[in-house]
Amino acid sequence: MAVTNHIRRSMIFLNTQRAALVKEAFVYHPDCVIFDLEDAVAEGEKDSARIQLYQTLKNVDYQGVERWVRVNALDSDLINEDIRAAVAGGAEGIRLPKTETAAEVQAAADKIAAAETEFNRPVGKTMMMAALESPLGIMNAYEIATASDRMMGIALSAGDYTRTMHAKRTVAGTELFGARSQMLIAARAAGVMAFATVYTDTDNEAGFVDELRLIKDMGFDGKSCINPKQIGVTHAVFNPSAAEIKHAEHVMQAVADSKANGVGVLTVDGKMVDIAWVEGAQRTLKLAQAAGIYKGALV
Amino acid sequence: MQTIKQAVAGTVESSDAQVMILPQAGGLKITLDSSVYDQYGQHIIALIIETAQALGLDDALIKVVDKGALDCTIKARVETAYYRAIGQTTNLPWGCSKWQ
Repeated sequence: MAVTNHIRRSMIFLNTQRAALVKEAFVYHPDCVIFDLEDAVAEGEKDSARIQLYQTLKNVDYQGVERWVRVNALDSDLINEDIRAAVAGGAEGIRLPKTETAAEVQAAADKIAAAETEFNRPVGKTMMMAALESPLGIMNAYEIATASDRMMGIALSAGDYTRTMHAKRTVAGTELFGARSQMLIAARAAGVMAFATVYTDTDNEAGFVDELRLIKDMGFDGKSCINPKQIGVTHAVFNPSAAEIKHAEHVMQAVADSKANGVGVLTVDGKMVDIAWVEGAQRTLKLAQAAGIYKGALV
Repeated sequence: MQTIKQAVAGTVESSDAQVMILPQAGGLKITLDSSVYDQYGQHIIALIIETAQALGLDDALIKVVDKGALDCTIKARVETAYYRAIGQTTNLPWGCSKWQ
């Protein structure tokens, strides 16, 4: 799977039709941008957005921000040209919308491979992620996540999911609990990353923070964003706290010491820990290092 | 000489450019209305001509209203207007030298 070591706390959607949005979104320091060719772009402007995408990919230095492209749906007559433009421009990844089956991922992967060959790019380098937007997509999450070596992650898209579930959007997100849980289990089993849906009430920062804490505690890797002001908040919640970093350091040091002394279970910061805690501590320190807030040597 | 029809691309929003291509014999003619004309007018006109010629567009009137667009946006809008003018929306030659 194409997870790589890139940190992906935030992925902000940009309407590629609008020049003002794509020219300098890197200044907000998101981990990833998603150039949208799908829903945000008016039907009569798909060609214009696609050419703007290509020129932006080729000429604007995004300064290390990972560049993804949300292409139009597999059953549209737009996706072939979307993928050709994205791959020719050198996008790091393609986000496939409305994914319901592994076969759809494989079909899109074949189109990406053809474009990589056509434009002399390394075959297999372009990553993929799939948006799950329906009950069938959620049911098939594991098969989708494992359908191609290109797969970096799966993402929940709540608008269409809620509609097709006949559910009502709630502040607490109760209607998404099953989907979030099931796709997260599938992602972890498949070894890919998991991303939560956008929070559309951009003026409700308190509600946004509550949702971020919920999805972080559940185990999600990051959040899709729709407004630059959501990026800093997302990073603040997803970044390990100073106390979490300190505790992770203590765990790593204590486990190393216990190995030397032949002790299997030990107490760190007043809590009993064993070797099973090491992975979590390593993950905390790696995330902190990638976020630029840990300079230590225990990673 | 290519057969083209009148076509337009882009907007007059900030950071964008609106490009209109009209059939006209006798070479390329450019009109530019730009919010940064004094500083960048000649550069933008040269960019428009370079982009049009790379596309093989040698006879046309190109009217551009620029609202402080980056070079890559101006190129993108000229290219979009051109492909609309010749009626081509798929199988574009992404990645070839004239697109750089």
